[in-house]
Amino acid sequence: MSSLDPREELAHRLGLANIPAVHFTSPAEVRERLAAQDYLSDDTIASTTFLADRLAKPVLIEGPAGTGKTSLARAVAEATGARLVRLQCYEGLDESKALYEWNYRKQLLRIQAGRGNGDGAEEWERLEGDIFSGDFLLTRPLLEAITADDPIVLLIDEVDRVELETEALLLEILSEYQVSIPELGTVRARQIPLVFLTSNSTRELSEALKRRCLYLYVGYPDVARERAIIEARVPGVRTALAQQIAEVVRSLRQLDLKKAPSVSETLDWARTLVVLGREEIGVEDAVATLSVLLKYQSDIERATTALRERPPSSA
Amino acid sequence: MLDLLAGFIGELRATGLPVSLSEHMDAARALELIDLGDRDQVRATLAATLVKRSDHLAAFYQAFDVFFAVRPAPPAPNDPASESALGAGGESGVGGSGGEGLSAEELQGLLYRALRDDNRAQLRAGARAAVGRYAGMEPGRPVGGTYYLYRTLRYLELDELQRRLIEGQPGRGELAWRLARDEAQGRIELLKREVERAIRERLVDDRGAEALARSLRRPLPEDVDVMHANRDELAAVERALRPLSRKLATRLARRRRRRRRGPVDLRSTVRQSLSTGGVPLELRFRPPRPAKPEIFVVADVSGSVASFARFTLHLVHAISSQFSRVRSFVFVDGLDEVTSYFEGVDDPADAVRRINAEADVVAFDGHSDYGHALTVFRDRYLDQITRRTTVLILGDARNNYHLARAEVLADVRARARHVYWLNPEPAGYWNSGDSIIGEYAGHCDAVVECRTLRQLERFVGDLGS
Repeated sequence: MSSLDPREELAHRLGLANIPAVHFTSPAEVRERLAAQDYLSDDTIASTTFLADRLAKPVLIEGPAGTGKTSLARAVAEATGARLVRLQCYEGLDESKALYEWNYRKQLLRIQAGRGNGDGAEEWERLEGDIFSGDFLLTRPLLEAITADDPIVLLIDEVDRVELETEALLLEILSEYQVSIPELGTVRARQIPLVFLTSNSTRELSEALKRRCLYLYVGYPDVARERAIIEARVPGVRTALAQQIAEVVRSLRQLDLKKAPSVSETLDWARTLVVLGREEIGVEDAVATLSVLLKYQSDIERATTALRERPPSSA
Repeated sequence: MLDLLAGFIGELRATGLPVSLSEHMDAARALELIDLGDRDQVRATLAATLVKRSDHLAAFYQAFDVFFAVRPAPPAPNDPASESALGAGGESGVGGSGGEGLSAEELQGLLYRALRDDNRAQLRAGARAAVGRYAGMEPGRPVGGTYYLYRTLRYLELDELQRRLIEGQPGRGELAWRLARDEAQGRIELLKREVERAIRERLVDDRGAEALARSLRRPLPEDVDVMHANRDELAAVERALRPLSRKLATRLARRRRRRRRGPVDLRSTVRQSLSTGGVPLELRFRPPRPAKPEIFVVADVSGSVASFARFTLHLVHAISSQFSRVRSFVFVDGLDEVTSYFEGVDDPADAVRRINAEADVVAFDGHSDYGHALTVFRDRYLDQITRRTTVLILGDARNNYHLARAEVLADVRARARHVYWLNPEPAGYWNSGDSIIGEYAGHCDAVVECRTLRQLERFVGDLGS
């Protein structure tokens, strides 16, 4: 196995002029710089982000909704001073929305504007070379991410929503970092962006895509980390309250709910309690505001019963 | 390190985790970049490069813990708490921290303090001491870890520890009590894990990591044999089943949509062409008419397939949420329609409970009688089966030597579009003993072995196409 740095090797293979700069020197540094953006990571998140940077590989992030998958990409972009290019996936996303599209309207205008002067054949030749040039190309997120001059963090959100064919398209970009446009030739990458893909696992992604990515599972944080997240993101919350909130949420997640409260819902709840001026949560406060945390009536009922449960009489 | 990595990957593959060559190379490269002295970092690195599914993570962590077990520095049996390398830093105030020298009360006190202060290092030392004291491990004895775990935990009086932890928490009111209880439970869980780990360390010392890894190997959730699964495995399977209906939904919707485009939608095409000066550059199509297959699910819920029955009922729920018209029936020796139990129910467990309590499925002695159940099915419902109906029969076809009455199934097949039989037994056992699957097979379009989630998913996927 060669000891050549993977980044150098990739840069060499793609014929990049300069080897992309390294953003982080250690997982600990990742952690610190993300924390400066109010994103509190853990060992796994920090290590994986660090490796993504050093190995120049995309990261596939999975986990329940609202645990900070998208925010991780945003925080990394901010921490490294890069621009975040986001591709939101949905069913039916295709090349023209993800990669590039010819600007038909502009082309038509150009043709109509040029009509009537010069003889047909010669005019058409000139015109054709003209309307299939970069000026008439609309770049979409993927193409933009690899051809931009400034540093980029590319976020491909909810990649599990696209069809298999589109996934294959992503695959090509993520491994070759080039796009071939029939009328224009091959567009090569000017840089290797940091890529994050998020998935809610509504379907199994193809093996090929997974193989090319590092894998990161972001689950619910433990109480200590969740408390720290609340303190970092909710202004004016006291430590004791944050601790209590984190503990209540942990208890709720242990119940068999249809949809467990996510971190973002926890933050909403914390904000609610701060606005209400609570320093401490009582059972009735909790029950009254449960609808911020839980989104199904049956969940709310179950949680209410659980929270009202009394200690055995001995205690 | 590279050899060690290769060995570890071999172990992962033996467990069933697919690790490709390129992933192996990624892992090797990644290890060059990190601090190999930091165990957590190594673990995170290997997880990121080698594991690509969240439900494989548990298997990965187990394999990692065994394979890269931290062996207590010199194996001195009289002093199990000499793990200075690991417990460094945290062991303040517990001079000589435990071991056989401690009395039972002292050990209990040590564990209590460690739990109360959430002191991981001390907890680990305590767990090791407890294992040394209570597990009664003998070198070379071929007993699994669970036996030692059980022995150790029995002596530790976990309930008592938990009660003390709850009482030790300051705070008023019911909410505080509840939170304290959950916290205490979490910490006790932690103690259990430490004990388990201490046992594993000793077993590794005794037998070597690779041998132990082999004996501890557990199937991945999708490969668990549902008929012979233990409780933990079943829980894992059920968790894995939950997203099935959602996955099924997306897959079917996608396939339906892709299969065929409807006719050209002229109005929409013209509207679209306005922006290109009236030149219709893109045709618009009407969405295709959705097909509406009708499915009858007939499931055996007798004792012999009890765990499978739970599994199939979850499956029925998954199917009924996806296909527009699903009717479900359960039987033992009688047969009852249970479609209504699944209507408007979000949690299949609720439906399963109600079915077990209320459905009228036992006609005689409570042993499966396929012949009778199928006859009831034919007599009551045959006229409702049409050319668009697919009939799914779930069961092991162990008929307790009753009459097969396979001709009944022939009648059903003559009217239905398809008849499929899902059998939870390994194909090797079919037609042995009182299994008469062979007699029914001739009247089915296919008989499919369906013991694991993987097999089930494959079948359901094909069904939708």
